[in-house]
Amino acid sequence: MPRQLMSGDEALAQGAIDAGLSGAYAYPGTPSTEITEYILHSAGTRDGLPIARWTANEKTALEAALGMSYAGRRAMASMKHVGLNVAADPFLNMAISGVQGGLLVNVADDPSMHSSQNEQDSRHYADFALVPCAEPSDAQEAYEIPRQAFALSERLRLPVLVRLTTRLAHGRSLVQLGTPLPPTDLGPSSDRERFVLLPSNARKSYARLVALQAELEAESEQHPLNRLDDRGDPSLGIIACGVAHSYLLEAADGETLHPTLKIGFYPPPRLAIARLAARCRTLLLLEEGYPFLESRVGGLLPRKDLEIRGRLTGHLPRTGELSADLVAAALGRRETASRPPSSVPRPRPPALCPGCPHADTCRALSAALSDYPAARVFSDIGCYTLGALPPFSALDTCIVMGASITMARGASDAGVHPAVAVLGDSTFAHSGMTGLLDCINDRANVTILLLDNETVAMTGGQPSAAMGRLSAICRGLGVLAENLHTIVPHPSQHERNVELLRCILRTPGPSVVIAERECLQTAKRRPGAGEAA
Amino acid sequence: MKRDVVLAAVGGQGLLTISAVMAEAARLLGLHVRQSEVHGMAQRGGVVQGTVRFADRPIFSDLVRSGQADLILALEPMEALRYLPLLAPDGFLLTSSVPLRNLPDYPPIAEVLAAVREIPRHVVLDADAAARAVNAPRSANVVMLGAGAAVLGLAEDALAEALERAFQRKPGAADANLRAFRAGLTAAREALAREPEAS
Repeated sequence: MPRQLMSGDEALAQGAIDAGLSGAYAYPGTPSTEITEYILHSAGTRDGLPIARWTANEKTALEAALGMSYAGRRAMASMKHVGLNVAADPFLNMAISGVQGGLLVNVADDPSMHSSQNEQDSRHYADFALVPCAEPSDAQEAYEIPRQAFALSERLRLPVLVRLTTRLAHGRSLVQLGTPLPPTDLGPSSDRERFVLLPSNARKSYARLVALQAELEAESEQHPLNRLDDRGDPSLGIIACGVAHSYLLEAADGETLHPTLKIGFYPPPRLAIARLAARCRTLLLLEEGYPFLESRVGGLLPRKDLEIRGRLTGHLPRTGELSADLVAAALGRRETASRPPSSVPRPRPPALCPGCPHADTCRALSAALSDYPAARVFSDIGCYTLGALPPFSALDTCIVMGASITMARGASDAGVHPAVAVLGDSTFAHSGMTGLLDCINDRANVTILLLDNETVAMTGGQPSAAMGRLSAICRGLGVLAENLHTIVPHPSQHERNVELLRCILRTPGPSVVIAERECLQTAKRRPGAGEAA
Repeated sequence: MKRDVVLAAVGGQGLLTISAVMAEAARLLGLHVRQSEVHGMAQRGGVVQGTVRFADRPIFSDLVRSGQADLILALEPMEALRYLPLLAPDGFLLTSSVPLRNLPDYPPIAEVLAAVREIPRHVVLDADAAARAVNAPRSANVVMLGAGAAVLGLAEDALAEALERAFQRKPGAADANLRAFRAGLTAAREALAREPEAS
């Protein structure tokens, strides 16, 4: 079979399918979205499997994957790095209970924050949960990881975290596919002692997890993703993790300049690190993300005469993505001549699409709030966050999924008035509903705008989990009929919308306004609509 | 043989489509290929950048190093100038001349094009006019892909086949894109022949 051009996300997805995957669950988030998009395109092709589903949030995705694993099937959940914060509770506790069918937790980190609010490094989560982590350095490895990770997961009964980073997730390279395995079935677990985490059971399971660490470390020493290449000038030793190894090869034109330990499986291989360090006076750590190993390697190698270089010592930047240029500089390689940057280009920040319904909502809200200089607008994660930028400047906060409603409520308790929350339909389904319930129970004095564009717009138009049912959900949570309103965010309705919002802002207690108009991009993609090249 | 291409555009102009087609063409030719792109917030009228690298030997990274791009292929002239530090001393700057002014302080177009022309090897095309002329008004991006093929000397047949594969489910769009591709190829070849310093 000829090699195929695949992104890291696509290769991981195909690798999982070819390793006998039965089910994939996910909430979309850049740069992880394409894993599940890819599986959706191949869903049901192996005797009705695999199943692929978008879920309400990352926690429900991971719990569904755990349920499928419990039933004996190979399963996975995929998310962006901050999604694992949402799913952290099941993630840390499934490490204690263990799994039945192989379970992969695919997490795509976003160093340099191309589409995220932080650059947290998911290797810390694997370490925290005491579970193994695999990190590919190219799409071929991303394809190969699921097969061995599912087997390891079933052998040790642990979930495996697969860590991707933006460039790996979205970069395409050639992949040689292997022979596909059919979906496997170990049958459901009946092990209540493991799966009922009452303290008496959990203590035993936790002891088992801790005892497994020696086995994981032994696995790491001989793992094919961890390779020590002894060649080159031993005055410097290099440890290169994940995609950073590809930057090292690029910077060195494919040569091994110094003894190099490539790491793609954690916990880190202590013995291999010690073997490398024994030959060198200086160690250079190349890691995409946090200085995870750099901060530990000193403890693994208690040698005072060893100089450790990396992101903590200024040899590489502390924040942001690595690149072959940065690695070349850290190696002291002469840079190629390059032109200075041009002074002509101006910044071109992302903006709402012309005619976007969110723009009309922002304009109407700003007009309605013009009489209230003390008003604050608490917003959330989505395309509409761009309403914080000029020309709208309509939003005051955006922290994490769902924090709009809950922060508005807390600020209102502290006396902020009006306290307005602005969030999208998908964000509301993800983690806004529970906050609304708090507001209802406490009669919090907040005005909540739900921007219903009937899609998860920013990640490419996945269906929203609350599609078509926002009004019923609000009523069910206890919003009174007289405090539940619907507007159409369109220029022709501006005056009317402003008037209604002014009236609602004067009403005490929680109110919800649903602004309903379909996303222009989703409308364009609908069958029958014209499509650009 | 090794070619490093940096693609520059504004979200929505169709950069991802032509990057994928160029990379697929290189794969069909049996070359080593790497391609990268950044998605996400960038889709919404902001800056988008991609790279395509192909060679007859292994390539280790998706990203192009400073001063090593053989070609900057831009769908918008101000975006063409954003990545000059990546361009090799003898590299080509190929851009559409049509500005996309979705920002309040877009510089005067004469200033933008003058800066483009300061690059010794440059080709500037009115991609929109070329696309309209072959009745493919939505395919300005593919016009520039054709022009890029002329500059890179990338085999025309492989690119045409990659284009057909990309649009196999939309026969109408496939035909329009093939016309746009050939229009760009011809226009760039003419421009290269006209300006000896630009070839």
